[in-house]
Amino acid sequence: MTRGKAVEVFKVSKSFGDYQALKEVSFTIHENEFFTLLGPSGCGKTTLLRMIAGFDIPSTGSISLFGTEIGTLPPHKRRVNTVFQSYALFPHMTLEQNIAFGLENLGWDKARRKARVAEMLELVHMTPFAKRKPAQLSGGQRQRIALARALAPEPQVLLLDEPLSALDLKLRQAMRDELRTLQRQTGITFIFVTHDQDEALDMSDRICVLGEGRIQQLGTPSEIYEEPENRFVADFIGATNFLDVEVLSVDGPRARVRTPMGIEIEAAQKGVSGPGKATLSLRPEKIGIEDQAAGEIIAGTVTARNYMGGFTHYTVETRGAVLRVSRRNALSQAESYAIGQQVRLGIVAGSARVLGQ
Amino acid sequence: MKKSHDIRRYPGFGTVTVLFFLWLYAPIAVVIWLSFNENRIVSVWTGFSLKWYRAALDNGPLLDAVRTSLIVAVVATAIATTVALMAAMVLSRNPTMRGAKLSETVVNLPLLLPEIVLAVATLILFSQLGLADGMTRLIVAHSTFCTPFAFLPIRARLQGMSTDYEEAAQDLYAKPLTAFRRVTLPLILPGVFSGAMLSFVISMDDFITSNMLATGGTTTLPVYFFSLIKKSASPELNAISTLLIVLSLVLASAALVLSMRAMRRDP
Ligand SMILES: Nc1ncnc2c1ncn2[C@@H]1O[C@H](COP(=O)(O)OP(=O)(O)OP(=O)(O)O)[C@@H](O)[C@H]1O
Ligand SMILES: [Mg+2]
Repeated sequence: MTRGKAVEVFKVSKSFGDYQALKEVSFTIHENEFFTLLGPSGCGKTTLLRMIAGFDIPSTGSISLFGTEIGTLPPHKRRVNTVFQSYALFPHMTLEQNIAFGLENLGWDKARRKARVAEMLELVHMTPFAKRKPAQLSGGQRQRIALARALAPEPQVLLLDEPLSALDLKLRQAMRDELRTLQRQTGITFIFVTHDQDEALDMSDRICVLGEGRIQQLGTPSEIYEEPENRFVADFIGATNFLDVEVLSVDGPRARVRTPMGIEIEAAQKGVSGPGKATLSLRPEKIGIEDQAAGEIIAGTVTARNYMGGFTHYTVETRGAVLRVSRRNALSQAESYAIGQQVRLGIVAGSARVLGQ
Repeated sequence: MKKSHDIRRYPGFGTVTVLFFLWLYAPIAVVIWLSFNENRIVSVWTGFSLKWYRAALDNGPLLDAVRTSLIVAVVATAIATTVALMAAMVLSRNPTMRGAKLSETVVNLPLLLPEIVLAVATLILFSQLGLADGMTRLIVAHSTFCTPFAFLPIRARLQGMSTDYEEAAQDLYAKPLTAFRRVTLPLILPGVFSGAMLSFVISMDDFITSNMLATGGTTTLPVYFFSLIKKSASPELNAISTLLIVLSLVLASAALVLSMRAMRRDP
């Protein structure tokens, strides 16, 4: 990749008293990238973001912005802006004044400020609201103004801490697209924090999965979903079946395992060095049912059925394991299976993943 | 909440309320009523007159005392509020700082000590230091005991305010002082205002310390008032009291209106 490095986080650790929130985290974010920090609550996402913004100082390690070390620079000296989870719009200022605030501090002259504020309001479709106070806005509108305020000073990097979590489902979906479009239009590097995997998969160029204060995996959305590197990632991203399997042989990136259902399959592996115990991750939507069954075929009985609209989830008891299987509701009701019904399941080796313990 | 839990439906609610307000305000009403009495003997009503007001406003020493009280109250309030604001900022933004708990206790200590003790201590200290100027003595002493009163509302306001706003300001390139002036201060202004009001009222009202420190030229209003009462129960006292009540009401209303206006701006 020829793009420059926007942010470089190098061996950053952060402790609060005895508690170590982040342990030697290192990664590089490229210029113009939509980069997502994804992880469960309490894994250190906000802590990491606050250190990039300058509200917290790393205990050890360094952070660079476009090649310049910024580890201990105060927030007002970093060309980085934040969209706060609470939006933190100044309640005593109009929307215009809110957006102009950063520009004034940077010493922009009045005409230039005015033009930029107008441009920003236009960008987030809020021009008619310029003279209002934040209290007179809906959640989605506040969100837009928070974005406009953070983008106005043309930051080198924009930080977003769960900006969509306070919105309702419909609005959230719309804002996802809007954010993505904004990022492309402005060409600014976005660092987006979320604990919502759908959001992360949908919007990101690359995702950094954080767990227990460490990077669990860093990759494109499809790498993260299709090729999880450990049990934590496979479990956290999407739904999956974990089966305790016995490794029979390892051949480079692939391993042959015996499953509890009795069948043997060969699948891509990560973290397995030789014969022994391992975990097999099998995505529910990658198990074929009845007419879609392909590959290794096993028999089972449907024990539960959850209709989800676009999908139906089945719990199928097979000899040796209980599997969750999803089937897309493509055409008609004919494809649905009743509780108690005997079904054939098909497992294609390519869709499974063997993970070290 | 159910209607039956409405306190207004409790038996005797009306009677108790009326009695309570009578008990609270009857003495004040009597004072106002008698201030318009034409008779020289305070408790015998003979007719309506404004002559005691005229007498009060012509009374040189009284006006001097009012002036002293106002100067002391204004300066002491300014000092106390500034000190309290700084203390509240530091303590609420660095709660884990070493000595934070101790500092907070020390700031609030004057609230708990008997005022007479403080007053005597102050008097002794001032004579040790050789501080003789009456006005300076009053201002220094008043600033001290007003500080905790200014501190409490400011502290409460800061405590209730998320640090997000200050961080957002700094994030948007505001230097710490700019962030304080343009974001923090406007947001805690209602608290600062209540603190200043409280401190002003406490200073205006103070008798014990002011009496102890008073010198010839610097008698405050309560001290002067007390000396008048000791001499004679002139109806002029009623007129002065009424004027003070009016002044307090005006100040209190201004405070209420201003703080309500500030509240309305909040999200
Ligand atoms: N100021 C602090 N003092 C002590 N511990 C803290 C502090 N800030 C964060 N922590 C701890 O550090 C860990 C990481 O916190 P952080 O806020 O970064 O989590 P997060 O990933 O953003 O979680 P969430 O998704 O819930 O926002 C948590 O266990 C938290 O309790
Ligand atoms: Mg967080």
